[in-house]
Amino acid sequence: MNEKLLSLRDEIKSKLNQTTDLIDLDKIRVAYLGKKGSITSLLKGMKELSAEERKSFGAEVNQLKTQAAQLIEEKIAELKEIEIEKEIASMPQFDITSPPNLERGSYHPITLVQRECENIFTSMGFTIEDYPEIVTDYECFEALNIPKHHPARDMQDTYYLDNGQLLKSHTSAAQNAILKKYGKKLIDNGTPIKAIFPGRCFRNEATDACHENTFFQMEGVMVDKDISISNLIYFMKTMLSEVFRKDIKVRLRPGFFPFVEPGFELDISCLICGGDGCPSCKHSGWLELCPCGMIHPNVLREGGIDPEKYTGFAFGLGLTRLAMMKYGIKDIRDLNSGNLKALSQFTDDE
Amino acid sequence: MFLSMNWIQDFVDLNGLDKLELIHKFSLSTAEVENEIFHKGSDISGIVVAEIKSVENHPDSKKLHLLKVDAGDSELTDVVCGAPNVRVGLKTAFAKVGAKIGDITIAPRPLAGYTSNGMCCSEAEIGISDDNSGIMEINDDIPNGTDLKKAYEIDDIVFEVDNKSLTNRPDLWGHYGIAREFAALAGRELKPLETENLEIYENLKKIDMKIEDSLCQRYSCLQVENITRSISPVNMRIRLYYCGMRGINFLADLTNYLMLEMGQPMHAFDSRKVEKIRIKRFNTPFVFKTLDGIERNIDENTLMICNGDTPVAIAGIMGGLNSEIVEDTTTLTLESAAFNAVSIRKSTVRLAHRTDASMRYEKCLDPEMTVPAIARFVYLLKTYDSNIKVVSALTDEYAYQYDKVVLDFDKKFVDRYTGIYIDNDTIVNTLTSLGFKVQLTGDNFSVEVPSWRATKDVTIKADIIEEITRIYGYDNFEINTTRSPLYPVRASVVKTTENKIRDILVKKYNLHEVHSYIWAYNDELKAINIPVESNVKLANATNPNIETLRNSMIPTQLCQVKSNVSFAPEFGIFEIGRVVNGINENNLCNENKKLAITLYSKTKNIKDIYFELRNILAVITDDIKHKTLTFKKTQQKYSYEHPVNLNAICIDGREIGTIGIVHPTVSKKIDKKSSIVFAELDIENYSSANADSIMYNEPSKYPPMDYDISLELPDGILYERLSKCWTCVDNDILKNTKIVDTYDTDTVHSVTIRFEFSSHDKTLSSAEVQSVMDKVISNLADIGVKLRG
Repeated sequence: MNEKLLSLRDEIKSKLNQTTDLIDLDKIRVAYLGKKGSITSLLKGMKELSAEERKSFGAEVNQLKTQAAQLIEEKIAELKEIEIEKEIASMPQFDITSPPNLERGSYHPITLVQRECENIFTSMGFTIEDYPEIVTDYECFEALNIPKHHPARDMQDTYYLDNGQLLKSHTSAAQNAILKKYGKKLIDNGTPIKAIFPGRCFRNEATDACHENTFFQMEGVMVDKDISISNLIYFMKTMLSEVFRKDIKVRLRPGFFPFVEPGFELDISCLICGGDGCPSCKHSGWLELCPCGMIHPNVLREGGIDPEKYTGFAFGLGLTRLAMMKYGIKDIRDLNSGNLKALSQFTDDE
Repeated sequence: MFLSMNWIQDFVDLNGLDKLELIHKFSLSTAEVENEIFHKGSDISGIVVAEIKSVENHPDSKKLHLLKVDAGDSELTDVVCGAPNVRVGLKTAFAKVGAKIGDITIAPRPLAGYTSNGMCCSEAEIGISDDNSGIMEINDDIPNGTDLKKAYEIDDIVFEVDNKSLTNRPDLWGHYGIAREFAALAGRELKPLETENLEIYENLKKIDMKIEDSLCQRYSCLQVENITRSISPVNMRIRLYYCGMRGINFLADLTNYLMLEMGQPMHAFDSRKVEKIRIKRFNTPFVFKTLDGIERNIDENTLMICNGDTPVAIAGIMGGLNSEIVEDTTTLTLESAAFNAVSIRKSTVRLAHRTDASMRYEKCLDPEMTVPAIARFVYLLKTYDSNIKVVSALTDEYAYQYDKVVLDFDKKFVDRYTGIYIDNDTIVNTLTSLGFKVQLTGDNFSVEVPSWRATKDVTIKADIIEEITRIYGYDNFEINTTRSPLYPVRASVVKTTENKIRDILVKKYNLHEVHSYIWAYNDELKAINIPVESNVKLANATNPNIETLRNSMIPTQLCQVKSNVSFAPEFGIFEIGRVVNGINENNLCNENKKLAITLYSKTKNIKDIYFELRNILAVITDDIKHKTLTFKKTQQKYSYEHPVNLNAICIDGREIGTIGIVHPTVSKKIDKKSSIVFAELDIENYSSANADSIMYNEPSKYPPMDYDISLELPDGILYERLSKCWTCVDNDILKNTKIVDTYDTDTVHSVTIRFEFSSHDKTLSSAEVQSVMDKVISNLADIGVKLRG
């Protein structure tokens, strides 16, 4: 390689060494390798040379061109790397320990508990029913074997409306409609009636931390050819164990409700002390949770189902109570207060 | 109701059994027992019967006396006592040195200069009555030094049963019925009641008595003379006191005792005042003074016991002052009757006067009990006052008899209902122990229900199942799932719609779900200038603030917004709940399920928050229905609605709700500077709209082409009208449009719209796109919309 070419190569090398950014580098590339670049123009000046000279000079220029291109490529790679390093170095250190922004919406606690119960029962083949809040005397009492002047009506302080209807005092008010809705399928196809009905109930009573005039229950009904007390206990125990996600002990005591026979009060082992006795269970080890029983033959009959052929159980779970127990809500009035300081805590639960 | 184990054990031998365990069993098998069980007498010891041998006045005290008492020891004991009834010869309860009363241990104690070596006790101090007026007076002949607990039934276990759990069991309102349960639970015999044989008085004259009203089922009575005893035996008084009653006098105590024992209320009249007993109602109301001295208004529905035409008692509730036993009464007439339970209950409510008697009559008492109760009464009377004389024959009219209840069923029925195997012997034994008469032929049972269960309690086969299983014990049940066939269940559309709406609102838009009441709160609404609209009302509201049902959830929600303004500068709440809009032609309430959303912001302007709410509704609908909501200007209907920007929400052209801004008269009351918008829609109508399926569009392999135009909009032109300028252009390459920019000043409203073109078949040419756009631009020009320069 002649002197001129060698010095050109040194010149490129030294220029590249001084370059620190890609824009300058591109200028260097253009200055030497561009259409009008100094290396390119060397080739253009070759026509004055002899054929022999042209051959050897051409080869040398091409060699220089390749070398120059390679030097530039290397420099590009080098600069790019530096740039990435710079970018990495420029990234500030974030404080991952700073408090997160947890702002988001919330479900009503009843919705969460209700969904959970609904999921458990749908997984066992129960349908979920919907029913009005305003019902007739027939639905709430007559159809449930509670005739007028029955003392059981005293037990429920019902809100009556000026048109003669009433705000349903228990979710059992939907029983008759459920039996009628699914009775035909039971009788014709042998499809068992399995339904739950979560709904709002009303009682005309003074409110305090433990009493509300508006609260939620969940009715459950199952009717088929051979539904037994043993089945009732099984479903109650299974459902409650699922809800509380631990093995729940249940016990039945006789309880009097006109729409079931036999009727029971169902207690569960205290969730706080596990049955040893503590202030929350008044030292009994048990919590009264849910009235239930075998559906009274008169109620089945009123729903168009022959009690000689079919039997069934029903229960009325206090959803409001369940939510309070589950989340440790002490004042029942918080639930209908609309107070977001209380309610916004229930973002989700699964 | 309090129950005494001693009393129960009069009728069933429970020796060798754990009493507390039995009470627990009773609670699980019969009726709920309250947690606290009282161990009566357990807090006293060392108290003996002692006789006062001498009484001296204390030299320095008017009240105190210095006594010498014989407490059965070799020497008399010196005692200082302040009771007013000390006298020589009086036998009393004496706490010796070392005796315990509650936490106190008796020790020699100096009292005003003298040492008292023990203490004479009042009945209240021992805990056997509330009498604290003086020391106990023992009239029975008991040797001095006898432990008082040996002399009297002071030690007892008393438990309380919740009256509510006995409403369906008329037989459990007395100790004898309770004893029957204990006998069945313990597997022991129930002893028969000891009674007087009333047949021996058959030849005496009958009482002039007649039932003139069907509300009286049975009336039994008997006359007795020569009662000399005035103070009840100590043990009787202790039992009454332990069971929550005060001792009055022998006759009154015995009536109460019998009621607590058999559950049968009884009444004693002065025979002179009831020579002609008639049981009837009166056509005209009148005032009647009961023996508690209170004048009560009696109406034409209240059953009365009368002497001829003079009322002497309110049947089943309380006797009259005019016929009560007085000092010179010599002959008394005992009443033991059965009345219509509903009638007694209604009279009790009307008179607002519930008594121990009426409480029992309300439960449908066994009418077979009236005569045995008299026989038992006379037996007890004779036991404690041997001189008494029965002076009439038993007079008994049984006007209305219950039907005998016989239930037939087979073993299979029991197996099916219980789901477990209980053998025939167990079934027979259980029912027999409860007083049922059982006939078993093969696997077929025929069961006669005893009268004390047949009045209303046990009338059908299922009732028998309860009897068998409760004694068998639910804790002993094997638990099994059902063998029913399984079928798939599909959640209802309403249910899934509600759940999805909740999820979107909570998860995507950070809204908070709340609950509220179905009625309007007058005061709270007044505070934010919303009048309560006339609607269906509660007929028996105890609180006048909540008498009207709500016809919209928004007012309630605005109250909730107001109470939350300090929660955050911006928040949204929602509820899925019910409203009522008057009644329909069948006089039934028009009840609707609604979704109500309210957004509140201190920082955002009203337009932004209004569109935020509009977008929420659009996203919900796009998600659930794959459809576009439309909106239609609507007229103000409620006072909380701002008349401008009030729109009906429509799906498939059907109005299902409203979106709007809160009226300034209301919003200013909530928060002076804030933006509040609301939407309410009918969940059922919304759910019933069909959902479109997702129509899959395969992405084009050819490059898309966008074409932006900026338009200057004349006042009042709606986007809906604008969009018709391109939806009507026939082509298959315009795939989508969207607003990419808006620019508003007071004078200029402009919008930049992006038209997105693509084709599945080829790369689009500018000419093709331009030709569509030319038509769009020309359509726009036709309605006066110009391109911005």
